[in-house]
Amino acid sequence: MSEDHGVRLAALLERVPYMGFLGMRAELAGDEMTAILPFQPRLIGNTVLPALHGGVIGAFLEMTAVCQLWLHAPEKRLPRTIDVTIEYLRSGRPVTTYARADVRKVGRRIANVHVEAWQDARDKPVAALRGHFMLGDALDKADLEANR
Amino acid sequence: MARSTPQSAALGLRAVAVGPDWAIMAAPWRADLVGDPESGIIAGGVVTTLLDQTCGLAVSSKAHSEGRLTGLATLDLRIDYMRGAEPGKEIFARAHCYRLTRSIGFVRAAAYEHDEADPVATAQAAFALTAAPSGQARS
Repeated sequence: MSEDHGVRLAALLERVPYMGFLGMRAELAGDEMTAILPFQPRLIGNTVLPALHGGVIGAFLEMTAVCQLWLHAPEKRLPRTIDVTIEYLRSGRPVTTYARADVRKVGRRIANVHVEAWQDARDKPVAALRGHFMLGDALDKADLEANR
Repeated sequence: MARSTPQSAALGLRAVAVGPDWAIMAAPWRADLVGDPESGIIAGGVVTTLLDQTCGLAVSSKAHSEGRLTGLATLDLRIDYMRGAEPGKEIFARAHCYRLTRSIGFVRAAAYEHDEADPVATAQAAFALTAAPSGQARS
């Protein structure tokens, strides 16, 4: 990964409207990406605790996986989610949330990714996601066949 | 019971109908919620939040119908995406809380534009019932 990747990643975050809606950012250190979700009041799903919306945390984990996979092949289309399993471990407090993705396998068409999100302490995750994603390459081929 | 949260208001989620153990909610298509700028398909994250919120509403509705006031916390949520949602179309989610124990609610749900039998995504979730009312349909 190069500085070029960092620039392209920032461009991707600006290009995808929903990532802007979440207010998500990302930082690259070598080949390791840390996704950052700064707190905003509108991300709250429980005003009494208060806590971030579970859907927001799930979406942030999913977008982290998509960004990490896209970094492997930035010239391709964005990967499409096939399935995700989200485990909620702790209530998401109204502070900045971080996430890192671990790409467990990249096949010809499908990738398996694990993602973990934390707030103050890396060893106290607030949520984890496991998911499968259809890679951009496979999406292009499927479209070609559909248009034949 | 179907009180809005800041996030559901920001997304424009609305409760369509609520029964004793089920709920239907809807999410609008909006340009700022698109996940793939090339296709205009709404982000998976919007569908995730819609399904989470609808599942939580179904659980709290079932608890309420049994005379129980509880708060809720999502334990896990599994979502299978069958296909991209049609750009420009409102998305509905229907959730059914098929079992409620003393401490856990089990839910299935589907997200669709027109027909539940042709879903965009299906979901399976478990919620923990917390002692104190959270004041919300979900946490």
